[in-house]
Amino acid sequence: MKTRPYPAWISRLFILLVAALTCTGFMQMPLAKRYALTTLPGMAWTGDFFLVHRIHYVLGTVLLFLVALVAVNWLKSWRNWLALTGLGLARAVVVGGLVVSGLLRVYRNLPGVTLDPTWILTIEWTHLILVMVLGVLALVALARRASAYAVRK
Amino acid sequence: MSEKKHRTGAISRRGFLKALGVGSAGALVPAAPALAAQERVPAPSDGELATLLDLSKCIGCGACVEACRESNAAKFPEPVKPFPAMLPSRRAKPEDWSDLRDVDDRLTPYNWLFLQNAEVEYRGESYDINIPRRCMHCQNPPCANMCPFGAANKQVNGLTRISPNLCFGGAKCRTVCPWHIPQRQSGVGPYRHVLPRLAGNGVMYKCDRCYQLLDKGELPACIAACPEDVQTIGPRHEIVARAQALAKEMDGFIYGLEENGGTNTLYVSPVPFELINQAIDKDSGPGANRRAGKKSGQGKRKRSPLGPGKPHMGPVKDVMADEANLATAAFIAPVAGIAAGVLGLGSKLLNKGEGDHED
Repeated sequence: MKTRPYPAWISRLFILLVAALTCTGFMQMPLAKRYALTTLPGMAWTGDFFLVHRIHYVLGTVLLFLVALVAVNWLKSWRNWLALTGLGLARAVVVGGLVVSGLLRVYRNLPGVTLDPTWILTIEWTHLILVMVLGVLALVALARRASAYAVRK
Repeated sequence: MSEKKHRTGAISRRGFLKALGVGSAGALVPAAPALAAQERVPAPSDGELATLLDLSKCIGCGACVEACRESNAAKFPEPVKPFPAMLPSRRAKPEDWSDLRDVDDRLTPYNWLFLQNAEVEYRGESYDINIPRRCMHCQNPPCANMCPFGAANKQVNGLTRISPNLCFGGAKCRTVCPWHIPQRQSGVGPYRHVLPRLAGNGVMYKCDRCYQLLDKGELPACIAACPEDVQTIGPRHEIVARAQALAKEMDGFIYGLEENGGTNTLYVSPVPFELINQAIDKDSGPGANRRAGKKSGQGKRKRSPLGPGKPHMGPVKDVMADEANLATAAFIAPVAGIAAGVLGLGSKLLNKGEGDHED
């Protein structure tokens, strides 16, 4: 595999978070019971909409922290000696869109917040479509053996 | 206790009043537009609208039920049959109410409002309480917040609506609703054209508080048709104040003020809602399992194959409260990440072992 010039734990944590967020995100749809996922040993929790929603929030919170931490370090020093790959840039933009639409989604759910239904629809479908785009880009990156977001200049 | 119940009117009060013509007040409601014109509902800019139902006034005539059906008839589903064969067929079963359109003793896709009855003894007196039941229009509705497609939404005027053009009928809204209010009709909606076998199962239906009338400043049909003025609608703060004053006046109780963090439907009753909840015919919510189990003599809950349609009146905690708390953490997280980065924690962590790393 291609080497990358930043700590492996970032990649691993990022991949783990995105995978878990995708899973808990798709479980927001009523799929777990219909497709018997809940009957698999240890997977009964996937049928509890509120629990899955809370897990999604917690994972999202960790991702937000990580993304902010990496972004600040990028601006502070990494950009001097690292360059985003094309696929890295595309995925960074998509992750940015997911973060923003996800935060708007959280905001929409706050008590006392009522947004226009058109806005809600836009936020909802942007979030859903972007995660699918991220999945496609990840597959392309894997197929091309170029999964690193950034390389040394 | 049931032997002591005051039974007059309990059996056929509705039929009796209908026979007298009172129950058909809904049919006379050519008077309703005139009434609505006089008593206009404040515009949405006044904030969330709430309704107050004075249960001491309801005679159970059914005028509201009839008016609701008439007002919303154009929104009722017209399913295409046969329904798409769904996968897996054992778990994804169609729900069809189209041949049961006349059912009016529970919530269905064709009956968005029905009457529950509770005969209760309280402080030595017998009460026969009739309760118009429909969507509670929560202030922070889980059905809307948790709909994955944005098909269910709360409007700024405080009502929650489900768009039949966006709903796939997965019934998640019914599952997460503390009262399991929305009801499903298969064979209608976008799922038929997208993934009829694999995703969706129809469209969910429930009271939308006659938004088409409210948008014109007119009263919802159930309110306009009521011969006893059971319901009042207005800005929530006014309705809450009125409900509290009414409860004080009758030494009664309020339902909807705290339930699920607050709803835009407030019931005021002269008897405790705990007693009402014990007496009403319900198939959802707290105690439903125990009650059904006792009744059927089995440990397993007895449920309608067409989903619950008779809401309970028990206590309901704020089901979205945890999400609201976690939201705070989600908003703080990026700020904390930035702070950590600026303070150098990030550098230490991220630059540790800097160099080439295996994927």
